[in-house]
Amino acid sequence: MTVFIIRRLLQALLVVVLMSVIVFFGVNIVGDPVYMLVSPDADQDDIAAAIARLGLDRPIWEQYLLFLKGALQGDLGNSFIFGEPALQLIMHHMPATMELAFTALMLAIVIGIPLGLYAGLYSESPLSKGIMAGSILGFSLPTFWVGLMLIMLFAVELGWVPATGRGDTATFLGIQSSLFTPDGLSHIFLPALNLALLKISLAIRLTRAGVREALGQDYVKYARAKGLTTRRIIFVHVMKNIMIPVVTVMGLEFGSLIGFSVVTETIFAWPGMGKLLIDAILQLDRPVVVAYLMIIVLFFIVINLIVDILYSLLDPRVRLQDQGA
Amino acid sequence: MKKMRAATAVAAGLLALSAGAVSAEKLTIGLASEPTAMDPHFHNLGPNNALTLHIFDRLVDQDERQRLMPGLAVSWEAVDDLTWEFKLREGVKFHDGSDFTADDVVCTIERAPNVPNSPSSFGTYLKGKTVEKIDDYTVHFKTAEPYPLMANDISTIRIISDETGCGATTEEFNSGTAAIGTGPFKFVSYTPGESIVVERNADYWGEAPVWSEVEFRPISSGPSRVAALLAGDVDMIAAVPTTDIATLEGKDEVQLSQGVSNRVIYLHMDQFRENSPFVKAMDGGDIKNPLMDVRVRKAISMAINRDAIVERVMEGVALPAGQLLPEGFFGVSDNLDVVAYDPEGAKALLAEAGYAEGFQMTIHGPNDRYINDARIAEAVAQMLTRVGIKTAVETMPRSVYFGRASRGADGDLPEFSFILVGWGAGSGEASSPLKSLIHTFDSDKGFGSSNRGRHSDPETDALIEEALRTVDDAKRQDLLAAATERAIDNAAIIPTHFQVNTWAAKAGLKYVARTDEYTLATGVVKE
Repeated sequence: MTVFIIRRLLQALLVVVLMSVIVFFGVNIVGDPVYMLVSPDADQDDIAAAIARLGLDRPIWEQYLLFLKGALQGDLGNSFIFGEPALQLIMHHMPATMELAFTALMLAIVIGIPLGLYAGLYSESPLSKGIMAGSILGFSLPTFWVGLMLIMLFAVELGWVPATGRGDTATFLGIQSSLFTPDGLSHIFLPALNLALLKISLAIRLTRAGVREALGQDYVKYARAKGLTTRRIIFVHVMKNIMIPVVTVMGLEFGSLIGFSVVTETIFAWPGMGKLLIDAILQLDRPVVVAYLMIIVLFFIVINLIVDILYSLLDPRVRLQDQGA
Repeated sequence: MKKMRAATAVAAGLLALSAGAVSAEKLTIGLASEPTAMDPHFHNLGPNNALTLHIFDRLVDQDERQRLMPGLAVSWEAVDDLTWEFKLREGVKFHDGSDFTADDVVCTIERAPNVPNSPSSFGTYLKGKTVEKIDDYTVHFKTAEPYPLMANDISTIRIISDETGCGATTEEFNSGTAAIGTGPFKFVSYTPGESIVVERNADYWGEAPVWSEVEFRPISSGPSRVAALLAGDVDMIAAVPTTDIATLEGKDEVQLSQGVSNRVIYLHMDQFRENSPFVKAMDGGDIKNPLMDVRVRKAISMAINRDAIVERVMEGVALPAGQLLPEGFFGVSDNLDVVAYDPEGAKALLAEAGYAEGFQMTIHGPNDRYINDARIAEAVAQMLTRVGIKTAVETMPRSVYFGRASRGADGDLPEFSFILVGWGAGSGEASSPLKSLIHTFDSDKGFGSSNRGRHSDPETDALIEEALRTVDDAKRQDLLAAATERAIDNAAIIPTHFQVNTWAAKAGLKYVARTDEYTLATGVVKE
């Protein structure tokens, strides 16, 4: 297990370094942030001063080395727009995104797995066919469109929940989150649902496929022959086996929920990292874009590592292999 | 500038009596762009400048048409060629109870150009000016040369407190400890990306606000902003997308407020390169840059159907433009009409200039900066193609566009041949576009910094420079008008239209539309 983790960490380091090169150069050769910052009233001297202040008069490799030097000391540069450290800015917006992604993941699990289980057990029933047809919609409809439709239906027409923004927050167990207030919950419902739709569909399909496959397996037949109740067969034996792919995929999808909540956050004016990123891209706030991408790279690496460890806990074969190696 | 004096003392007294009777009412406003700080000197940017006006006052105020009004200064006049005297308002208190005096002005003027990490400094407006305290309620601003626009420049600076503000960092303003002004509202909270809350300053020296508390919420996505209004999340939104205007007009529960802005959308043409990179002969070969010929530029202007752009592209929400600012602004000319749509005349003029066969070029423009910018560029290209100038369209995000349009070619020269741009006159008078767009590009004098066509006409330059030395208002008005007339006559740039801004509020509320595009809670009135 230790060897396994060390090997994983070394690979991760290599990925981080490579990504820093790709991200930094990719972001820094596009566009010109100076004209996004200076006032139109600025004269030539002001513009030249702004270029020098941002260090844009230096060659790009020199800018990269400066970035790398700062990054090793935990400084990913100052936001051009806010003048604050980019890392601090992102950390400030992270809780909102985390609670949104967490809620969406919970919705995906709570809604997706039972529906998938039902569709797998009774695959011929009309309800199952309805569930599967619905999951196709979940996959194929564009998020921004669904988001606007959700707003139009639940907020504008029915008036059940607010259309945009994050509600009141409260602190519980040292965590400040909008999940702990009724107002916050009413605000998070729509964006979380919007973000979760694709993941719900994914969970339905994965669970259904797993159940269908497991039902034909020898161990299920044996359990039946042994006289176990259907309930015990499904919830203990089948579920335990099909959870391996579901946990893996959902874990990885949590990364994408965090990383790609951009569209949902923009539509629902959710003050998270995704909204920060899209604003930073539009205004060419390069340090924020670079810092954000680096953080997302780290996220994926950490999540993969956790999934690997969970995987080995769920599946003894993985542990045995590692001990053999 | 004539001496200005306001009879606000009486008004303030009356309002002080009525202030106690104002009920508790909350207003929530959905903004399209979010301010980047609560520090009024951190970032010279529209959303910041609008928001900080709630908390802070300026010596010279601008009304909804950007006419100068007494603010924390009750009057100002040029006492000699190089000195402007500002008389300050007495009896004004900061939100922490301290008195407003000349010391606050002096320290503000010292701090404003020197905020660390400022993305866009207010130094632009304070260059070459020194401030001196004469007594507690009098200050002198001095310049090395006669300077008529002192009050306009000073109107960009928000006054902070000597005791709590001048030594404070931007973070201290954002957290609220230093966000103490004299303005109509007091700072309550600032949560980046989420909300900014201010509450009524019951002791305000001017007209006390109607609203007891105002919350600003940034909602950048246009459709979401409209939905937030319809769902009742917010009471008013700024920057209604033109595509939604017709739908909202039909709804009883929504009221629209519209007003022309100080922003002109115009075309700039390469007038400095013999071989312009994006202009070719019809057969694709190189030709001498036809845009250097004034007849060609005029033909382009005549070929553009401004009414069609306004009606079809802008859905009626714009005004056709014949000069740099809409009527009513200081320095506009009464003699200029919108150039009439005349495709036959344009063809004849092109033939006269030797381009009967036409030529090819590319129009470049941003696609996320001005209202419907990419579609305007497409419409212009079609209109020009119709008179024989085969025009291709290339649009790009503003983050890429402005850098290339300003200094994308070798030697930091403008890269494109024919571009669509806009200009908002922040000072609210005609010297702003004349100085930056029309005057010859001149780094030493700081003129022509946005002259991306590098138009250059010594006579126009002379008129502009003389206007910028002339303190007498009437004379300066004539000089600015004359410079504008000459620039339009030379087709230095081709204005197409003035942007009209739209705010939408729930029924019963109306917004007093502002030409500077600011969204101010003080402008939201009940009907």
